[in-house]
Amino acid sequence: MTNPTHERIQGLVDANDVVLFMKGTPMFPQCGFSATVVEIMNRTGAPFDAHDVLQDPELRQGIKEFSEWPTIPQLYVKGEFVGGCDILREMYSSGELSELLEEKGVVAA
Amino acid sequence: MPMSAQDIETFIKEALPDADVTIQDLRGDGDHYAAHVISKAFEGLSRVKQHQMVYAALKGRMGGELHALALQTSTPD
Repeated sequence: MTNPTHERIQGLVDANDVVLFMKGTPMFPQCGFSATVVEIMNRTGAPFDAHDVLQDPELRQGIKEFSEWPTIPQLYVKGEFVGGCDILREMYSSGELSELLEEKGVVAA
Repeated sequence: MPMSAQDIETFIKEALPDADVTIQDLRGDGDHYAAHVISKAFEGLSRVKQHQMVYAALKGRMGGELHALALQTSTPD
């Protein structure tokens, strides 16, 4: 990996168990999809680290390439890309998201 | 220029010829869609990979001229 932005992103997703790339902040999301994911994560009770891509054009472009995913928000758990808003909504409704977070030791079982 | 539901379906079917594609124009504004794509090609793949296949079919339009496409993928029963 020689792309400095990708190296930086790798560092960010390794730095915390749950990392969310979003538009705006958890307190003030600037997009409905980001707001939905924040709401879902708050309900799971898992602490997460959030990065506002609107404050960082390099990150905004870089994360799309890094994940091979065209949209934001994007959630990483233990360095692994889990999905965006649609997938997280589906996983939350089915209970898979809580299972995953418990399995990874992010929330107590 | 926004994409029509027909355009979206055409792109997806080009890449996934067996796909059963259902598209809803959520707000009637030609800009916010929901799509359910059912294809055998998704078998054994994670949701992320399944969605990536649909995004690849849209050839970079997702997140660009196609602003919002709520996506659901599944395999035929």
